[in-house]
Amino acid sequence: MTVLKPLDPSMSSRRQRGAVCVPTVTLAHGGGGQAMRDLIDDVFLRAFASPPMSELNDSALIALRELGSHGDRLAVTTDSFVVDPLFFPGGDIGKLAICGTINDLAVSGAKPLYLTCSVVIEEGLPVDLLRRVALSMAATAADAGVRIVTGDTKVVNRGACDKLFINTAGVGVVRSGLALDASRARPGDVILVNGVLGDHGATILNARGDMALTTPIESDCAALHGLIDDILSAAPGTRFMRDATRGGLATVLNEVAESASVGIEIEESAVPIREEVKGFCEILGLDPLYLANEGKIVCVVPEAEAPAALTAMRSSPLGAGAATVGRVTDEKPGRVVMRSVLGGRRIVDMLVGEQLPRIC
Amino acid sequence: MKFVDEFRDPTKAKALLREIEALIGAIGATKREPVSIMEVCGGHTHAIFKFGIENLLPDGIELVHGPGCPVCVLPMGRVDDCVALAETPGVILTTFGDAMRVPGSRKSLLQAKADCADVRMVYSPLDALGLARAHPDREVVFFGLGFETTMPSTALTILQAEAEGIRNFSLFCNHITIIPTIKAILDSPDLQLHGFLGPGHVSMVIGTAPYRFIARHYRRPLVIAGFEPLDVLQSIWMVLRQIAEGRVEIENQYNRIVPENGNPVAMDAISRVFELREFFEWRGLGSIDHSGVRIRDAYAAYDAERRFAVPSIKIADPKSCQCGEVLKGVIKPWQCKVFGSACTPQTPMGALMVSSEGACAAYYQYGDLDGMRERRASA
Repeated sequence: MTVLKPLDPSMSSRRQRGAVCVPTVTLAHGGGGQAMRDLIDDVFLRAFASPPMSELNDSALIALRELGSHGDRLAVTTDSFVVDPLFFPGGDIGKLAICGTINDLAVSGAKPLYLTCSVVIEEGLPVDLLRRVALSMAATAADAGVRIVTGDTKVVNRGACDKLFINTAGVGVVRSGLALDASRARPGDVILVNGVLGDHGATILNARGDMALTTPIESDCAALHGLIDDILSAAPGTRFMRDATRGGLATVLNEVAESASVGIEIEESAVPIREEVKGFCEILGLDPLYLANEGKIVCVVPEAEAPAALTAMRSSPLGAGAATVGRVTDEKPGRVVMRSVLGGRRIVDMLVGEQLPRIC
Repeated sequence: MKFVDEFRDPTKAKALLREIEALIGAIGATKREPVSIMEVCGGHTHAIFKFGIENLLPDGIELVHGPGCPVCVLPMGRVDDCVALAETPGVILTTFGDAMRVPGSRKSLLQAKADCADVRMVYSPLDALGLARAHPDREVVFFGLGFETTMPSTALTILQAEAEGIRNFSLFCNHITIIPTIKAILDSPDLQLHGFLGPGHVSMVIGTAPYRFIARHYRRPLVIAGFEPLDVLQSIWMVLRQIAEGRVEIENQYNRIVPENGNPVAMDAISRVFELREFFEWRGLGSIDHSGVRIRDAYAAYDAERRFAVPSIKIADPKSCQCGEVLKGVIKPWQCKVFGSACTPQTPMGALMVSSEGACAAYYQYGDLDGMRERRASA
């Protein structure tokens, strides 16, 4: 077993080991030899610099006693990130990979503790770009108080992946007594969101550049575990939470309606959506209810605790735009109904595929 | 949102609904004998469902959702031709987003893309021309479809390609024209329509004159309508007012966008590049004379049908499909035998289930499915 420590940057004048001197990643960097170790040292270890990882064992070892001090159940999740473009207003693939997995743990009621980081790199990716992504991951994880403890690097032929894919798995611990589940939603419960919807989806679509629209919209990408902790303290009876990522608010609500066999009614005028996102959707014929978010949660809360939950949300910068968007009903079990601004009602169904812009 | 919220004002909508109800009373229309109004354009169908307008209207009005969704009415054979073009070595096939999912008899463009064809979504035919410029070693084909709304931009793109001398760009032309189709519906023996909401954005190009025969010869009122909820409600009110007053006219509710004479520059581009086909096949409606356009001989170099060996596959609509009857207002979508069972948005059999603007897809996506099934069972 070789124990490697992150190199001191001042040592790199004598180009030997631990530094990448070519501008782009090549298949050699995935070959398992010295080039790969250099890439890991220079890019990932230098950025993450976390004791368990820098030992480069096959597994990170975590003391059970430490885990047990946080609660009585382990939460494990995994998510892969394949966003195009890699950098976009408000974030990048690295920040997304950390926040996304933290949020998946947090909405399950877990305190996020450890993350893994696996990257699949397309040959030809600039090393500097990879470094920026790694530094962004490190900074986001440090801000969130979560450690990246193990990782893996693969390099594939050009065309076998698109620039860079990242998988992060996350481990957290759920404190005893807490049980969040969509099936617990009951008629009368209130549905809350922590702010404007659709920013991330609109940002990514626009950042691909083929619409040639100029907008100030930025991704809402953020780690929400702190906010979620505040909500759970204020409203301990919270039934369920989910981060409204792909498929947006509409998809989360459909999952709740189906899982709990309840109806859900939302008010179009109560759903917070930024003017710019509304305009963007109008132009392209998209429905903001289905646009992805990366910093928004949907909470189902008993009516009595809803005001406290809303206040808790609004006292955090990540929940300043929080709003009540609807309620759980006993009508039309399994269905989500939206009352339009005119008072007309329509069903909000799951999307069949992805949203495609309309012709005219 | 400026210029949008004004047209979604709930107070004004309520006032219009009260006036609509009064007119329905004056006409004496009832649930059993309603006034049937067809909205020709898929954009109207979309707005009607998105804002739940249908369930705000009184019983005496029935909205019939017309053929004005270009994606829906494209016959399966044309999609097969398009897939064959996409699968031709060296071709980059470009098209609008919602054309990607239309099923052919073998596959959709989305599936062809998954099977390695180079299919790219664009937002304008000029983006397709840009691709041709950027990839001089490839053949870029634009799968053009739509009514007179999208026709001018395709025509201008071909004129631009010619002006720049770009030779690796061509158009697979599936543009269609609305007037002969409205006429075909009016000529149908089982017609049950009392009036029309005319297509707003088509009219922005062609103006109001081409509709005059509908009032003159077929004695049906038509109101050219905008796409916001208040536009739709006001246009319904205008049709009803004509009926109540015994008038039969072509009126223009959407006059903030639609000039009486249309857009002469756009019309000029269309007529320079395109000419009428003798007939064009419509999904659900069959062959309609002079309802499609093709590229004129002068621009033959830009015609994908002449440039490539397009197989020109003909595929009959599935027999169990009742799209034609739904389109003519003879039955409602939920009364079709295969609606919601064999035909769903995941596996569309018929034209109207294909795009989100199709009447059946709109009913399926936004409507009260359980209620529809009950009504069908009790009918």
